[in-house]
Amino acid sequence: MRLLPALISAILALTACSQQAPAPGPAPKPAASTNDTGGSAKGDLGPPQGEPIQATLTDAPAVPPPITRKTPAKVIVDLEIQEIEMPLSQGVSYTFWTFGGKVPGKFIRVRQGDTVEFHLKNHPDNKMPHNIDLHAVTGPGGGATSSFTAPGHASQFTFKALNRGLFVYHCATAPVGMHIANGMYGLILVEPPEGLPKVDREMYVMQGDFYTVGKYREKGLQPFDMQKAIEENATYVLFNGSEGALVDANALKAKVGETIRLFIGNGGPNLVSSFHVIGEIFDKVYTEGGSHPQENVQTTLIPSGGAAYVEFRVEVPGTYILVDHSIFRAFNKGALGMLKVEGADNKALYTGKEVDSVYLGDKAGSLTAVGTAAKAAAKGELTKEEQIAAGAALYQGTCSACHGVAGAGIPGAFPPLAGSDYMKNLKADDLIAIVLNGLQGKITVNGSEFNSIMPPQSQLADDEIADILTYVLNTWGNPGGRITKAQVSSVRSKTPRPPGAAK
Amino acid sequence: MFWFAVCLLSLGGADWLPKGWLEPPSASAGMVQIDGAEFRPFYPPNEDEKVVHVAPFRIDRRPVTNGQFLRFVTWAPRYRRGSISPLFTDSEYLSHWAAPLSLGDAVAAEEPVTRVSWFAAKSYCQWRGARLPTEMEWELVAAADERSRDARTDAAFVARTMRWYSERTPRPPAVGRGAPNYYGVYDMHGLVWEWVLDFNSNLVSADSREKLSEDKQRYCGSGALSATDVSDYASFMRIAFRSSLQARFTTKNLGFRCASSTGAES
Repeated sequence: MRLLPALISAILALTACSQQAPAPGPAPKPAASTNDTGGSAKGDLGPPQGEPIQATLTDAPAVPPPITRKTPAKVIVDLEIQEIEMPLSQGVSYTFWTFGGKVPGKFIRVRQGDTVEFHLKNHPDNKMPHNIDLHAVTGPGGGATSSFTAPGHASQFTFKALNRGLFVYHCATAPVGMHIANGMYGLILVEPPEGLPKVDREMYVMQGDFYTVGKYREKGLQPFDMQKAIEENATYVLFNGSEGALVDANALKAKVGETIRLFIGNGGPNLVSSFHVIGEIFDKVYTEGGSHPQENVQTTLIPSGGAAYVEFRVEVPGTYILVDHSIFRAFNKGALGMLKVEGADNKALYTGKEVDSVYLGDKAGSLTAVGTAAKAAAKGELTKEEQIAAGAALYQGTCSACHGVAGAGIPGAFPPLAGSDYMKNLKADDLIAIVLNGLQGKITVNGSEFNSIMPPQSQLADDEIADILTYVLNTWGNPGGRITKAQVSSVRSKTPRPPGAAK
Repeated sequence: MFWFAVCLLSLGGADWLPKGWLEPPSASAGMVQIDGAEFRPFYPPNEDEKVVHVAPFRIDRRPVTNGQFLRFVTWAPRYRRGSISPLFTDSEYLSHWAAPLSLGDAVAAEEPVTRVSWFAAKSYCQWRGARLPTEMEWELVAAADERSRDARTDAAFVARTMRWYSERTPRPPAVGRGAPNYYGVYDMHGLVWEWVLDFNSNLVSADSREKLSEDKQRYCGSGALSATDVSDYASFMRIAFRSSLQARFTTKNLGFRCASSTGAES
């Protein structure tokens, strides 16, 4: 009776002490034990109640519905291994080894304390023996030794899901690396007994690296390349097993104001993912699939054979790009997905361009105006206003990097176009010639001296140059006027391009 | 038709069959002599025995075909589909044949027989006065490419072998179509998996518990520790495949060939 208060005050004293300087001796027991899930020691919630339940399994990016049960149950999982040929990229196919016919494998969702009766079926058409190692299993081999299955046969084993969290499962048959490299991985979520906090949408994304004999995007059926795999020299790094899995029509979808939970796994076999969503900040990251969230995170590291789940609210409509921010993988090996968010613009939060455009190409912003102008020009009805609108879009893509979004330039490096006295004194043909052929050497603009190089922009079409110049002449206090396609064509034919420039 | 044939056979009056059809072929017909050799297996028997002596033997140049196996089951009613004891096979035994004594149109006589259990394969070889090759014999012959006795360190050979392991082959082509290897043997790779006599020795035959626990780990990470050449993934995959089998199992891609001991070094 007397000891307890004394102990508490001792702990408080130690805690207070440790704020000043590290406390010597054994660390005090944390007073806030509510933070501790208790691990596997608290994972056995008693025998299964009621009739066995058949688990709902889903293909990525879908996730099975949250579990609303309040008691542990026996959950039956039927998973069929299929070796099948599917597209890896456009025009490129690959013989995938799959848990359930897709890469990644089926998403499995159970509740902590559930007894999972696992049936692993190896399709008779398969050539290889397979097994499954679920990182959610407590026991040697994670189920692998109990589930080793010849083609045309099935295995059964049962485990109790003692630890909550998001876990990878994979095939562990020799050579393990090859089985994983061919797509044999997926995720199993062991929900805490009280469930996860409610969100508006849950999605399933899993990264993997692939090794083919042919180069990236080399057409045809591509065999696995063991040597490249040993050297960890990936040909592809992909989300959900193919280059188009999360792009355009297959993009993930959400609405403004929704909170999204992404379950992200990394099958490997080799590469660690620097998972990032361009234009978003993860409000919460359950690092490594564990129980305690980190907040306000830009990029989270997902180990090979590991997972994480992230939550974020989407406030601004547009396309958000999922990447492995080891960024050459995103643009040269395929590690790229899309999340399309629909809803009303909120200019107070974000003003303009789509987030992806910065990375996907140099033509930022909507090019609709360019299309409109081109159509009008074809009919001979092009107005100055249409030219200005098209020119604005083209300017943002091509010119704004140096001359600035608002034409202010960069002092000492790139001259301004806004209110430029230098430009005011040029004839139309001279203006056109600068864009077509570039400009080099000392010039004075609005009293400041510039001595740099503008490369020729002759890759632009004549009407594009006309639109850009018309836009610039009619913006930022410039004198106005209009440049036509015919004028640009004429200058193009009269003046020579510098060596190396487009004709 | 089937019952008619069975009826005839049971009466012993198989006059409609070609002469000699029911006689087993001679043990060594279609076999090639392999000299005794020192062989470094992927998984040596133990730490001190990295090299194994393989005594001289003979081995079939080609895997056993559907046509050959049909002769066997015609002779041996106990090994016909539907008659064979479930102790000796699973339910898919010869299930691709049209009938117990008929291949049908979907199966060619010169294709390798598959969907046969170890018991049935072993009995076929015994019928011929032969036996299944041991794993060491099989692997010794399988180590050769067209030009050399042991091509297991040749990356191109390993890649070629592995190619078959990772591609879909719904139906195997006829036997003996490719080039023979160094020993004059066909189809060691790229056609079907093959039974060996001691297919399960990697997991089951060890006496001591220590050995057993070590072996059990062979198909996971620590398996690489006891291997002689970790880059020989093709051997690794064959061992993994064999380890997944039980003697009564059949699979769509698993066939066999026979071997025999020659007695003396010759």
